Amino acid sequence: MANVISDETIDYVGILAKLELSDEEKENAKKDMESMLDYIDKLNELDTAGVEPMSHVFPVNNVFREDVVTNDDDRENILKNAPEEQNGMFQVPKTFD
Amino acid sequence: MGILDFTAVELAEKIKSKEVSVREAVDAVLEQIDKTEENYNCYVTVDREGAIKKAEEVQKKIDAGEIDGPLAGVPVAIKDNMCTEGLLTTCSSKILGNFIPTFSSEAVLNLEKAGAVIIGKTNMDEFAMGSTTETSAYGVTRNPRNPEHVPGGSSGGSAAAVAANECFYALGSDTGGSIRQPAGYCGVVGMKPTYSTVSRYGLIAYGSSLDQIGPLSKDVRDCATILEVIASHDPKDSTSVKRDDTDFTSALVEDVKGMKIGIPKDYLGEGLDPEVRDAVLKAAEVLKDKGAIIEEFDLGLVEYAIPAYYTIAAAEASSNLERFDGIKYGYRTEEFTDLHNMYKKTRSEGFGPEVKRRIMLGSFVLSSGYYDAYYLKALRVKALIKKAFDDAFAKYDVILGPVAPTTAPKLGESLSDPIKMYLGDIYTISLNLAGLPGICLPCGEDSNGLPIGLQLIGDCFKEKNIIRAAFTYEQSVK
Amino acid sequence: MSKEYETVIGLEVHVELATKTKIFCGCSTAFGAEPNAHTCPVCTGMPGSLPVLNKQVVEYAMAVGIATNCNITQYCKFDRKNYFYPDNPQNYQISQLYLPICRDGYVEIKGENGTKKVGIHEIHMEEDAGKLIHSEWDDCSMVDYNRSGVPLIEIVSEPDMRSADEVIAYLDKLRLIIQYLGASDCKLNEGSMRADVNLSVREVGAKEFGTRTEMKNLNSFKAIARAIENERERQIDLIESGEAVVQETRRWDDNKEYSYAMRSKEDAQDYRYFPEPDLVPIVISDEWIDEVKSRQPELRDEKMARYEADYKIPAYDADIITSSKKMADIFEQTVELGANPKKVSNYLMGETMRLLKENDMDADEISFSPKNLAALIKLIDAGTINSSVAKEVFEKIFSDDIEPEKYVEENGLKMDNDEDGLRKIIEEVVAANPQSVEDYRNGKEKAIGFLVGQTMKATKGKANPGIINKILKELL
Repeated sequence: MANVISDETIDYVGILAKLELSDEEKENAKKDMESMLDYIDKLNELDTAGVEPMSHVFPVNNVFREDVVTNDDDRENILKNAPEEQNGMFQVPKTFD
Repeated sequence: MGILDFTAVELAEKIKSKEVSVREAVDAVLEQIDKTEENYNCYVTVDREGAIKKAEEVQKKIDAGEIDGPLAGVPVAIKDNMCTEGLLTTCSSKILGNFIPTFSSEAVLNLEKAGAVIIGKTNMDEFAMGSTTETSAYGVTRNPRNPEHVPGGSSGGSAAAVAANECFYALGSDTGGSIRQPAGYCGVVGMKPTYSTVSRYGLIAYGSSLDQIGPLSKDVRDCATILEVIASHDPKDSTSVKRDDTDFTSALVEDVKGMKIGIPKDYLGEGLDPEVRDAVLKAAEVLKDKGAIIEEFDLGLVEYAIPAYYTIAAAEASSNLERFDGIKYGYRTEEFTDLHNMYKKTRSEGFGPEVKRRIMLGSFVLSSGYYDAYYLKALRVKALIKKAFDDAFAKYDVILGPVAPTTAPKLGESLSDPIKMYLGDIYTISLNLAGLPGICLPCGEDSNGLPIGLQLIGDCFKEKNIIRAAFTYEQSVK
Repeated sequence: MSKEYETVIGLEVHVELATKTKIFCGCSTAFGAEPNAHTCPVCTGMPGSLPVLNKQVVEYAMAVGIATNCNITQYCKFDRKNYFYPDNPQNYQISQLYLPICRDGYVEIKGENGTKKVGIHEIHMEEDAGKLIHSEWDDCSMVDYNRSGVPLIEIVSEPDMRSADEVIAYLDKLRLIIQYLGASDCKLNEGSMRADVNLSVREVGAKEFGTRTEMKNLNSFKAIARAIENERERQIDLIESGEAVVQETRRWDDNKEYSYAMRSKEDAQDYRYFPEPDLVPIVISDEWIDEVKSRQPELRDEKMARYEADYKIPAYDADIITSSKKMADIFEQTVELGANPKKVSNYLMGETMRLLKENDMDADEISFSPKNLAALIKLIDAGTINSSVAKEVFEKIFSDDIEPEKYVEENGLKMDNDEDGLRKIIEEVVAANPQSVEDYRNGKEKAIGFLVGQTMKATKGKANPGIINKILKELL
């Protein structure tokens, strides 16, 4: 028990999650995560050998759509909430491919 | 007896018989909102103009005989994580502070087809992450039964709006107890149906494998009636199941003779407030008197549901909330140096602390090297929990217990210790993991006059059992 | 260079499937629409939207898997691959990691020492990203989500290739299989087929693989060959100078003929895959596999054999015609319309190939209709036009897909079979060329050719060469 979360880990998770935490938030996040992980470690008390991970509760399979065009041009609606728009496109900070 | 005293079904009957107009019903609710909303803050958005306009439209359709359902013309409140076309939908988050959906969620469309009039969008914990409605970016909601206390959460606004007569019924969503627990705290009826019964299309996802939409209502009859209207097989939601047994009102029968009801001993143990325990056991006695066979049994694994749940929910949430990035909709930070700086500032400014906490945890448990140990482990425990319920339902028709260990805590008491807050979900969370339906209805008050919630749990697709038991109890204690 | 090095190459090939709609929504996949005209809440990641799988995507993926000798995963699922980038509207891509639809296949390619098997590790289904357009004057980019959600399959090979030639043979093989299946048009230059090259080097005889790099942005066979050569040299140089090859993703710049590492500290390459909760598993029964198998069209090898057997055309012809699905389709459809197979083959192998080469075109870009080629051959067979006119008419068919009957009629190109009229003209030609007449009579057979040519010239190429010959021989 007693997980220790390093500064590096918090920074790394921040990169993954695209969150920038202040130093104070980082300290809190470390503590939060440590105690949550300690708590989650409780699961290790259970022997789950041979148990299939269950991602879907019901055995529902093969839900498909047919390959038929059903959508019209809906640009206006799609762009309605865009913070910044240009030439019918979403404007973003410069990216370099 | 005023308009506001009617249940949703009663009001619809009065509207049908022209004793009350739709407009009068809407006005009554808006007046109530004017009176009490300042104290309770149930809503993020009240759509006065839209509701009044809609009232006229619906009245015409009712008069023309085009709409003839059991909810026609009844004002409803919608939790603010369900998309409503043209109406602000914030998830109680700053990051969606200006988001106007261009389509409505399927459950809302089903209600509208049945003649519902949307009054507004109810406050909630930000992105449904919380149990108190205190994590909203738009202020806390207060419990109408005692404004010093929280209404519960995350559908706290919906539960409080029903309790405060600021609507006749409401929709909520339940990922780990978010309908049932606030219903219990506010003394109303709330139900989470079997996963896949109500379409999730248009519900802004928190934990996709756990989320279900359900009703919050004044009584069990309303609850079954609403669920019957919103349940549908939706080809737009791949996890939606086609059911031919959604005539839930047919279960409004006052009869539990021979019904086998199990009470998990694990739900009565440490941490449970004695007053809550007594009220729940008293409710069981009522059902026993009505002919039900009551037994205590060991369900097992209860203490593992919370860590499994928080792992799965946080993981799914960390991914579901990635789309909020300041590009397509919602908040974008004012100043930034480059793309990644824009992402980080937008998200750090746009999300509140509890949301960030769960995104961080979820990103971590999915990250390289930890996936098996945390996420897969949690999915395995989920399978065990499901199995435990399968075994229980081989013996019992209904499982009975409290909805929460205590009555509504005071404002500001819960957020300081997340794990303590999470522990409050102990009786509700495993239903979401196992996909089971559960209903919460009032079963008395504690010594402070705060409502106590009784939870009835059914096997998957067996809502009718719990509706019948709930209805029987409700009629017996009337 | 003192040591001998071996290049070890594996490929990740992305193929855009030829479905009418996107993988998870009913938006069109057609090219050329206005930006974001082919989008909806699902493929732009609107809150509350949910994906629903296009069945045709599964069947195309199965078809490719069957044709490449893979095992079909009978219980397969989608997973989310999480990474932030503006072309990816949800900031996760729905893909397959844990249970991809096909595994453990192979294709055979012709190598230096006969045929060689290239193993296919897996084929998985996923969604394409949108397109980023970079503003030239503002410091910003713009996103168009028309391609977002277009279905892709990613074919991941084993590290079985050892040279650029093998890579190209493998890609060509895949391209033909997939084109024949109708699952994609596989155009490298238009991006409907994209290949990322994983490459490492090791000393000849070494058992362990070296550290590999992944090369992206390869838009043509030539670029692939150049990038492979360049990366091989770069890695050998590093090793020879005692430096380590870094496992990384590199981007090829074909204009500058060099590659650079795509590295960023914001780019952790930790995709946090987990099962997509919004989609349900796909269960593929034996019956379904059989059904897809039974619908499988004839592939190239079978087609070649059939052409030889049924149409009696030489193996050489069959090989060339089937090297493009488009050409094979034209061949069969033209023959179907009643044209003689060998004559059709001659037109494809001769004139068509010549014109393709002259116009720097690919066989897939052929745009004429079988109907017009069949009509042309009919005109020749009926003696309506002679071969020199036919050549001219075919060029018009090739470029503008004209209707030959109409064209011949409108331009007065019908063959001149009027013996009396021709006799007059030939008498004039004979009279005007006494030397050639003399030569012919003295046994110079070739001299008659000159006289035929002169007659043709006088009739603007329309005269029937058979009749000219006959009359000439009479007169001489």
